Amino acid sequence: MEIILALAIGVLVGSGVWLMLRPRSYQVIVGLCLLAYGVNLFIFAMGRLYIGAAPIMPKGGFVDPTAYADPLPQSLVLTAIVISFATTALFLVVMIAARGATGTDHVDGKERGRDE
Amino acid sequence: MNDALSPDHLIIAPILIPLVAGAIMLFYNDQNRQTKLMMGLAAVALTFIASLELVADVKSVTEQGGTVVGLYPLGNWPVPIGIVLVLDRLSVMMVMLTALLAGPSLIYAAAGWHGKGQHYHSMFQFLLAGVNGAFLTGDLFNLFVFFEVMLAASYGLMLHGSGPERIRAGLHYIAINLAASLLFLIGVALIYGTTGTLNMADIGRALYWLDGTDRLLFHAAAGFLGLAFLIKAAVWPLCFWLPPTYAAASPPAAAIMAIMTKVGIYVILRLSLLVLGPDAGPSAGFGAPALMIAGVLTMAFGMIGILGTPELARKGGYLAIISSGTVLAAIGFAQAGGGPMMLGGALYYMVGSTAAISAFFLIAEPVSRGDQGSDTAQTPETEPDPLSESWAPMGLDTVEDVATPASTRTVSWLTMAVCFGLVAAMLAGLPPLPGFIGKFAILRGAVEDNLSHTGALPAILWVYAAMLILSGLGALIALMRFGIRRFWAEAGPTPRILALEVVPAVILLAMIALQTLRADALLSYTRATAVALLEPATYRDAVLKNAQDVRAAPVVNLAPEQPGNEVEVDP
Repeated sequence: MEIILALAIGVLVGSGVWLMLRPRSYQVIVGLCLLAYGVNLFIFAMGRLYIGAAPIMPKGGFVDPTAYADPLPQSLVLTAIVISFATTALFLVVMIAARGATGTDHVDGKERGRDE
Repeated sequence: MNDALSPDHLIIAPILIPLVAGAIMLFYNDQNRQTKLMMGLAAVALTFIASLELVADVKSVTEQGGTVVGLYPLGNWPVPIGIVLVLDRLSVMMVMLTALLAGPSLIYAAAGWHGKGQHYHSMFQFLLAGVNGAFLTGDLFNLFVFFEVMLAASYGLMLHGSGPERIRAGLHYIAINLAASLLFLIGVALIYGTTGTLNMADIGRALYWLDGTDRLLFHAAAGFLGLAFLIKAAVWPLCFWLPPTYAAASPPAAAIMAIMTKVGIYVILRLSLLVLGPDAGPSAGFGAPALMIAGVLTMAFGMIGILGTPELARKGGYLAIISSGTVLAAIGFAQAGGGPMMLGGALYYMVGSTAAISAFFLIAEPVSRGDQGSDTAQTPETEPDPLSESWAPMGLDTVEDVATPASTRTVSWLTMAVCFGLVAAMLAGLPPLPGFIGKFAILRGAVEDNLSHTGALPAILWVYAAMLILSGLGALIALMRFGIRRFWAEAGPTPRILALEVVPAVILLAMIALQTLRADALLSYTRATAVALLEPATYRDAVLKNAQDVRAAPVVNLAPEQPGNEVEVDP
């Protein structure tokens, strides 16, 4: 399980960074999304991996906390997902506006010469 | 001053006032821009009064030897578990500075800019709420949330007025900030993974218990966080987004965004001295050399940039970069043990230079209006907006743009020239203005606190001192060259300058003048702030006074032997 999670984070972040460095705005936004997924998984992993353990303790008091998953990273991930989703949506709007205003989907708003 | 049972509710006021004001504005049609302007000014005034009261609190408490004035546990959760707002000398100073910059920027917006798009005033208030929240919070993840509030509002403000140039610059600005936010998250997650806490004061305490591997991971986390904040603070080589963005943003938006680079600096200052300060054991001074070198290089880059660019608004961006570099390098020196005098001078310099940069952005547009000799002849407002027609049918409930100013009084070109000259003199560090006093205080602190037994200064301090003077010289040459050409050499009709466009700069200049006249009071305040920042243990003890350190206690079995409380765990 550790290997799978680590590989998933690595692949997501790696492809995200590569795509983010590409010149097309569509590639950049897909790269940012993948990067956000990788980071969210990473936050989740920072609460340590538990299998079959609930993050919420039942009502009524004292239990052994080691039998429960850490709830804090899960709530952090929830917040991070919402925020990154919202800002990515905003970015999408600006991207479409830039496409309309400049007539190209190059991130600099103008095409580079063919020889480059 | 306050016992734990009666938290001072005033602490949360600088966050709540703009947030509520911005939200109420959304209920009104955006055509009522004058009403919204008045509401915005009232909210800023209220925030300023609240910050005045908080400053008075801080002063009365710190005279008795305390550092942290107030804790505000949100939801009244016990401290290391719940989120807490912390008020100390540094945060209240920054809150006050924000309110002081916000007023002139809003007045300037009344000259027509707030009518060139939707919901300018709401976004402005949300930006203030985010900035104040970032200054006041004592929790790392809460800081992230306030950062995002601030950034989301700044995206809107940056794009306010639309036009291809803004959209193109905005695309870069948003992309780089999204990437920086992800770095921030990685750093936060790593810190939680190693220390198990997100409370800034508690992190410093937990650091003591870290073993070798965890400490390495913690340093990696500090590196990630540092990277995220250095991008915000626009440090070379992470600063290339700043000049085009701030030049493309509308002047009132750029003026308030001048405080945003200082948010990055504030967080670096707070965390590096609180967590990685002199008492952090093996982690003491982590990142200090990077801050020093990057700060000095940033000043050099800003100096070259300001000499190289012909456009006045971009010069403003490079001035912001120089100011960032100056303060960051001073933070690096303070973290490495350079003494509080230098840091106090740097904080004084930061207050004055931020106000001056804000004023610079406000006068850059009227000064370059109709300028024949530079690229700014085609300002975005004179271009036809290709988007206005394509937006209209989208049913976004948009309100047509109006550019009529709130008042049509005009002022003479000479007034403009005098304002420009004063702001330029301030930014170049000419006596008797605070730019000079601040730099002088930094240099004096650098020499007095760091002379070794042989009477020699460390080489990096020499380089810093040289850059401090050279960057001022660069700014002086660049601005003087522009001023002479614009105000003396150019013939032809002078542009029409609205009074509303000069009054904000005059207010900021009055602030700077006050800072000169009362330099002694402010310098002693910033020096006391620096002394407090360099004693992180006091801050930690104040924040965590009721919080038991579970790491220090032996591990106890929390499950009592009661059969009724046993809970089945699904296999």
